[in-house]
Amino acid sequence: MRKAVIIGAGMTPVGEHWKLGLRDMAVEALLNAMEDAGVDKVDSLYVGNMLSGSFVEQENLGALIADWAGLGNIPAVKVEAACASGGAAVQEGVKAVLSGLEDTVAVVGVEKMMDAWPSDATRYLGYAADADWELFHGASFVALNALVMRYYMKTYGYTEEDLAYFAVNAHANGAKNPYAMFKRPIKVETVLKSPYVADPIKLFDASPICDGAASVIITTPEKAKELGVPKEKWVEVAGMGRAIDTINLANREDLLSLKAAKVAAERAYKMAGVEANDIDFFEVHDAFTIMAALSLEALGVAKKGEGAKLAREGQIAIDADYPIQTMGGLKSRGHPVGATGVYQTVEAVLQLRGEAPNQVPDAEVGLTQNIGGTGSNITVNVLRRV
Amino acid sequence: MARPMQVSRYWRHFREKYRLIGGRCENGHVHFPKRPVCPVCGSKNIEEVELSGRGKVISWTIVRNPPSGFEYYKPFPLALVELEEGPVVLAQLTDVDPEEIDFGMEVEVVTRKLREFEEDGIILYGYKFRPPVK
Ligand SMILES: [Zn+2]
Repeated sequence: MRKAVIIGAGMTPVGEHWKLGLRDMAVEALLNAMEDAGVDKVDSLYVGNMLSGSFVEQENLGALIADWAGLGNIPAVKVEAACASGGAAVQEGVKAVLSGLEDTVAVVGVEKMMDAWPSDATRYLGYAADADWELFHGASFVALNALVMRYYMKTYGYTEEDLAYFAVNAHANGAKNPYAMFKRPIKVETVLKSPYVADPIKLFDASPICDGAASVIITTPEKAKELGVPKEKWVEVAGMGRAIDTINLANREDLLSLKAAKVAAERAYKMAGVEANDIDFFEVHDAFTIMAALSLEALGVAKKGEGAKLAREGQIAIDADYPIQTMGGLKSRGHPVGATGVYQTVEAVLQLRGEAPNQVPDAEVGLTQNIGGTGSNITVNVLRRV
Repeated sequence: MARPMQVSRYWRHFREKYRLIGGRCENGHVHFPKRPVCPVCGSKNIEEVELSGRGKVISWTIVRNPPSGFEYYKPFPLALVELEEGPVVLAQLTDVDPEEIDFGMEVEVVTRKLREFEEDGIILYGYKFRPPVK
């Protein structure tokens, strides 16, 4: 079977980019990645994006971005899987390379969210929930995650403070990432004193609305050699998995199990021939602190009900056993929804090349996990140093 | 805010929205809302069943920053209610002091206004849950 390696990575800083449009950010990240790889053309483009139609009234992103990046008459499409669009786009790119249909592909994840009023942004994000049975009743994404968080706290006896450690860890790491939106460490009290958005989720339990774009270039080892890309830059996409769960949270068999993440992780582990124990760092989808806890459990890092314990006991820091959110995660780096999965990939690539500003010592295998909806559409990728 | 052109989409569900019509497969699995395929056993032999509308709160939140279109009621309580027939349903709670909401609190279904689309726009009605009136 063919192999797929990432040979280039690029991104824009995450933040409020009032002077940049969606196309500006996407093209900047894409050209950065192509320059990093040393390629000036690709066979196709996959764009991870969730809500460009709603946020900036622009669809057909494949044509827009390939056109403006000067990529010629290549095939180019948008890939949508809610907040997991970026992770899914990376997977579509890898699939194209593995299938043999295409040799060198570009993936870009982009989201421009700041142009909308906050309540409209809340509404658009709700489109990834069940429109008829959730959004119809006034549910926001924060509210749906809050229902899970309260149930988790009740079931396992955790407090709001226990979950706050995830935010503290993310900010501590993000403080060292020049591309992060929030580059300030915070304390547990900062989280606890922040206002409720949807109780028990507070402002500092949640990731921000923001703008950003990230990009990777994927090819085969043979082609990478032919292109003259030095081997130190190669990062293999060794395993990947994707799965769905009920779109409507109320229909979930177990509110506290990210079944889609569990299934996706099993597929990714199997394909890569690794176990959770072999992974040196995890970029999990901490759109809300509760999702970081549930993700660690679904990925097999923590036992069911013990995800929050890992954070409280300090086991998720860069120099601990299970480093997560090494570049700040969604919480501190920022969560430009459709771009997030590609940011995670870029960050994992930097870690595996040994180029991260917050380096995990001797990192050889990393995992990215990207959640769409309230756990309804999840991608897991395992990346390995070549 | 986009104006709702898809009136038919909302009205398609009007019985379910007022009367909690769920489905029951030939093997007795009850679900809500009604689906074409039983989520438990995969049976496509599903009959409609009207649920009692009585249940218990299993989790809840207070929505303080609602999606556009729901500002009128903010802040409002939103809950997952486990119906006595088994299915869980997401809905707003009404006629209740937020401080009184607790795990296991008994509630019953009522029909209430959910949303208005501007002065001359359509009005959406649907179910909410409240503590039972004794
Ligand atoms: Zn059945």
